[in-house]
Amino acid sequence: MITKQEIINWLERAGEIYEKQRGYLTELDKAIGDADHGNNMNRGFQKVTENLADHSDSDIKNILSMVAKTLISSVGGAAGPLYGTLFLKGAGSIDASDEISDSDLLHFWEEGIKGVQARGRAEAGDKTMIDSLLPALETLKQSIGNNEEITKALEKAAQSAKKGMEETIPLIAKKGRASYLGERSKEHQDPGATSSYYLVSALAEAVSNNSSE
Amino acid sequence: MKKLINKVDDVLNEQLKGFASAHNDLLKVNFEPTFAYRKDAPIKNKVALISGGGSGHEPLHNGYVGSGMLDAACPGEIFTSPTPDQMYEAAKKVDGGAGVLFIVKNYTGDVMNFEMAADMAREDGIDVRNVIIDDDVAVKDSLFTAGRRGMGVTVLAEKICGAAADAGYDLDQIEALCRKVNRHGKSMGMALTACITPANGTPSFDLDENKMEIGIGIHGEPGVERMELKSANEITQMLVSGILDDENYTRKLHEWSSDKNDWVDVKVTDEPIGNGDRVIAMVNSMGGTPISELYGVYSKMEELLEAAGIEIARSMVGHYITSLEMQGVSITLLKVDNELLKFYDAPVHTPGWHQ
Repeated sequence: MITKQEIINWLERAGEIYEKQRGYLTELDKAIGDADHGNNMNRGFQKVTENLADHSDSDIKNILSMVAKTLISSVGGAAGPLYGTLFLKGAGSIDASDEISDSDLLHFWEEGIKGVQARGRAEAGDKTMIDSLLPALETLKQSIGNNEEITKALEKAAQSAKKGMEETIPLIAKKGRASYLGERSKEHQDPGATSSYYLVSALAEAVSNNSSE
Repeated sequence: MKKLINKVDDVLNEQLKGFASAHNDLLKVNFEPTFAYRKDAPIKNKVALISGGGSGHEPLHNGYVGSGMLDAACPGEIFTSPTPDQMYEAAKKVDGGAGVLFIVKNYTGDVMNFEMAADMAREDGIDVRNVIIDDDVAVKDSLFTAGRRGMGVTVLAEKICGAAADAGYDLDQIEALCRKVNRHGKSMGMALTACITPANGTPSFDLDENKMEIGIGIHGEPGVERMELKSANEITQMLVSGILDDENYTRKLHEWSSDKNDWVDVKVTDEPIGNGDRVIAMVNSMGGTPISELYGVYSKMEELLEAAGIEIARSMVGHYITSLEMQGVSITLLKVDNELLKFYDAPVHTPGWHQ
């Protein structure tokens, strides 16, 4: 079970991470993109954090829809519609409530990632955010299928996301601006896969911190 | 970083305020969400044209808002595409009942944000079409990349379609015309230096003093090949050959189908440019290269085109679609017929193009 407070903690934690990693993400993007990813993600999630203040009475579905709209209207670039779609489709797949089940959380990611793939038309191995999201989803699905503790399941999912992110380093980019570099996009970690890893790891942290309190 | 700015976070808004005041005879700027629109919009029964993209390419796109060109332009942060709410609100503002054409440069972010905006506007009953401009011949391959980028042909598409809208073309006709301009136009660019966005404060890529980057796009991204610096004549030769030797480029473009009421992939093949063709020839500064140097490029380009049996019907030399202070040049050739020339020659009143 995931509580509304855990969802709020997740989003705030993501905001902290993007603020801290703004320079690093932009540096990764400078190598193979257009050097704005850190600035864009940070701008979007600071806005999310601000908007959370007005959502103390909202249920989880409403909060996640707010995140979608906020990211779509404030991030820009390719990341805006992609992360926006992740939250939009994800939120659309769960019931309006102050807590959601583990399998609802799985639905959120399943539908969200499906939406990202439909919008961005990227597949595994294209050197995009999908390369950390898909392994995370696969791990989460297995763990929840095995009735593992959600804290453990999310921790493992974050590890898979991290591994997926690191495995983008040798890949040749096939989507987005990095794709124009062809071979030259090799030996660089994908900034989108990196920001997606942060999103998953923030959730793992938020849920595990809450249950240990 | 040495720039004529105040606080980094205020750059865009401050510049847009100045832009709005300086050109208040032609346009207005809306904030939250941000878009520039012609003062007399909406024009009843005229198809409205909207474009947009990251800022930092001035005069594109805001500078082309006014009569005879764009009805609205949606600027994103510098080198970052605008967000769907900007295009959505702009569409509602300028739609005169004849529908809206989105002219979109083929950059992943721009394409997705404009698609989302079109979906939103259609829910409000506004007929919206998206035409993607992808004229950068430096990108050879569309299967393993995001495809060719939008460059100088964007400016010509905005001009020509703007004039056609004034002349009473309906949305179907303007959409078809815009696709024709895209199929007939090709560009290629190069950079001598990178540029610095205020938000980053450091160059967008690292380029040694004796090196140049061939096949750059316009967002400060690196190009397709880095090589030793060459003379203006040699560089011009590379760009013109890149355009004239271009194979029949075929790719799938995502278009809205009114029949199917859904997005569809449409296979499109460009027209080659060669012997006997008439062209509009544009020599464009990437921002930091002075006009004087552009004339040197123009001179060599003219010689090469003449040798290839191509007639320059109209010429453009200047700053049209830039990358902040980047030094470099792009060449755009648009194969024209009487229809395209007529609309190119039509009157236009915008901050960036008056005739």
